[in-house]
Amino acid sequence: MSKRKARDAHLPIGECITQVQQILRERFCERLLPDRPEGVEAQYKHLLELLRRTAIHGESNSVLIVGPRGAGKTMLLQCVLRDLQKEEKVQKNLLQVHLSGLLQTDDRTALKEITRQLHLENVVGDKVFGSFAENLAFLLEALKKGNRSSSCPVLFVLDEFDLFAHHKNQTLLYNLFDVSQSAQAPIAVVGVTCRLDVLELLEKRVKSRFSHRQIHLLSSLNFTQYLERVWTQLSLLDSFPDKKFAQEWNAGVKTLCEDKSVEEVLQRHFNSSKDFRSLHMLLMLCLSRVSVAKPTIKPADLLEASRMCFADATANMLHGLSILELCLVIAIKHLNDVYEGEPFNLQMVHNEFKKFLHRKSNSMYNFEQPVVMKAFEHLQQLELIRPVDGSSAKVQREYQLMRLTLDHSQIMDALQKYPQCPTDVKQWAMSAFG
Amino acid sequence: MKILACLHYFILEGLVQCLELKIWSLQGCCHYPSILIYGHRASGKSHVMHVLMKELELPHATVSCVECVSIALLFEQVLLSFFGCDAASLLPRSPSLSDFVRVYRQQCSQSPAKQTRYIVSAVGDNVTVILLSEIAWDKFRPNTGCFEPLLLHFPDYSKSELQQILSQNVHSSYSAGFYSAYINILLGVFYSVCRDLRELRHLAALNFSKFCEPLAEGKVKETDTHKLWKHIEPHLKKAMQTVYLREVSRSELFKEAGALRGLSAHTHVELPYYSKFLLIAAYLASYNPARTDKRFFLKHHGKIRKTNFLKKNEKTSNHLLGPKPFPLDRLLAIFYSVVDSRVALTASIFSQISSLVTLQLLAQVSHDDQLDAPKYKCAVSLDFICAISRTVNFDIVKYLYDFL
Repeated sequence: MSKRKARDAHLPIGECITQVQQILRERFCERLLPDRPEGVEAQYKHLLELLRRTAIHGESNSVLIVGPRGAGKTMLLQCVLRDLQKEEKVQKNLLQVHLSGLLQTDDRTALKEITRQLHLENVVGDKVFGSFAENLAFLLEALKKGNRSSSCPVLFVLDEFDLFAHHKNQTLLYNLFDVSQSAQAPIAVVGVTCRLDVLELLEKRVKSRFSHRQIHLLSSLNFTQYLERVWTQLSLLDSFPDKKFAQEWNAGVKTLCEDKSVEEVLQRHFNSSKDFRSLHMLLMLCLSRVSVAKPTIKPADLLEASRMCFADATANMLHGLSILELCLVIAIKHLNDVYEGEPFNLQMVHNEFKKFLHRKSNSMYNFEQPVVMKAFEHLQQLELIRPVDGSSAKVQREYQLMRLTLDHSQIMDALQKYPQCPTDVKQWAMSAFG
Repeated sequence: MKILACLHYFILEGLVQCLELKIWSLQGCCHYPSILIYGHRASGKSHVMHVLMKELELPHATVSCVECVSIALLFEQVLLSFFGCDAASLLPRSPSLSDFVRVYRQQCSQSPAKQTRYIVSAVGDNVTVILLSEIAWDKFRPNTGCFEPLLLHFPDYSKSELQQILSQNVHSSYSAGFYSAYINILLGVFYSVCRDLRELRHLAALNFSKFCEPLAEGKVKETDTHKLWKHIEPHLKKAMQTVYLREVSRSELFKEAGALRGLSAHTHVELPYYSKFLLIAAYLASYNPARTDKRFFLKHHGKIRKTNFLKKNEKTSNHLLGPKPFPLDRLLAIFYSVVDSRVALTASIFSQISSLVTLQLLAQVSHDDQLDAPKYKCAVSLDFICAISRTVNFDIVKYLYDFL
């Protein structure tokens, strides 16, 4: 009851908190585009200029945007498109076709998608075309304006460009680039990809038609710029309704960024990856701990979020194994040590386990073969052990060869953290040979 | 706030202390486009997700990847949950991912969503995908990378937490203290083998009536834990071998009090006399290397050169590596030396071999085309073959190379 009363008194703060969370969430979940993309001014101008020339002057162009995952390629493209649409001439003329390598796995589906996005299904109707090139030419012809002098410029955006290069004969790419080189119709082809060696994937004839224009988004931040970015991502703008709260919040963020332990944590993140996405993930986890009772982000939150980001998933799973399964993992580890990583099967593991039991004369873990089999299968289900590629059909289950997917150090770490591990099991694990 | 309502619900289930932190962070992170929640079986993942979705009244679709064997089923279910069945019928026969996205976008434009839609386990835009898995994310990551999901770990329950949760299901006619003593005993037996909440619950429900028997008969009092433990212990041990392995169903457990065995002990399979010897011969052929046949099965084998018989290390023990295939001729040769009486090589012998194959005691290794030299493998365990050879008074251990 008293909690509810306290909540009523704080309702303005509760509102503020919800608003803050909403704004920051949109920023981190990449729903909202920033006004200007940070740190990529030159690339932004370049791309904008290029697309404007296609849209207004009817010049054909092709360009590739290359950068690692999470570097902001799609964001850059969306910003450019949004700013381009503000001009009236572009809005009326430019047609856009968005294709994705993940969705359109085949050239035929890609062509159907193009037809659909250009709203030309009625025009195509039931026509059958001899080749891809004819089809594409027909589509572009159909876009010509009334006086047949020129056709509308079309912008093709190809996401996951490298996947298109895996299609048969690369027909789509060949034809698109061909059209962009010839004077048929003004099109712009923008490819977005994360592979730096994408040009190696293209065939010779496709590569020669490509203009070799690439925009690289390799972030060259140093640590101080990274810290600044953290600050800008977390702070509230002046447009926030409650001025006093915004000031307090920004002050809190400032003290947070100047804290020593926070700097260390951010340095660690910076060393592993500099891109936006991992930063957003970290800040998202911090944000989830903000509540009415605690309206600012404290250094402890950041530390906890960082710990969650860097947690080893396998160690977490090992923590939850039962004792029998843990003993089997230790037996497998010993087998690997003795036989230097050769594959094993259930019989060998059980044998090793029985040797341990004989030595310790401990009848507590004396389980029957089927129970041990069930534990072994559970390990297989968690993919801690995997069958060796080979004929698994004709071999009995107990004799199927497997490999361990864990590292020696992972097992030893997990043992340290395992709750209430019996001492003899621990000693067995640490002993050198069997 | 709605989160408090969620927590109230969980208090009833007795899960709060275990999951409170998880619920807070989950609720905060809900809007991130892709989340992977991983943890052991029955650690509460789907349960928490469903309750959260219901309480926060968010539009969501639940898809179970085990049930959807083809992608089409996955798409249908998602569309059905969000937009109703007319949308689902718009999908062509064998839809690809792009068809699904197209139909989804169509529907989206007709009924725009203010809130994010959640698909518990699938794909989309302005949609959050929440994946629940037992396996860690590292196994799933594709080669060129992808949008990394937010990883949330659901930790497993500790022994005390398990005890707390299981004690909630107390029966009306017994006291809470009595039931938690029972749970304590049960956990003591099963905890080192299994930590899955669902299995433990099943076992608890199953064995409780047996546990209460002496109480009902009036022999012991509620507080006499030692006597109760002595009574229930053999039953729990038996349960470990049968019900835990799901070899015996619940009703069968209650039927026969006496001789209840799991299916793995099928020593009650009755074979004719010669079939038993054929099986013994097959076992010897599988687990003895061919060069040792002379030593075991010939009356006068001459001197054995010691140098050829290297000290076998454990690894190459055939009992660890599995049975090896052998040709039919070798089987018959061993069979004739093992059987004492004279046997004529008639068709009945061959038909017994094929019936052994049908019973899956022998496995045929060669292709069906090779009729003149079929190869077989023996598929029985050592215990089984020892039991069989005892019934015909044959000492098989003497003839096995691994036990020399």
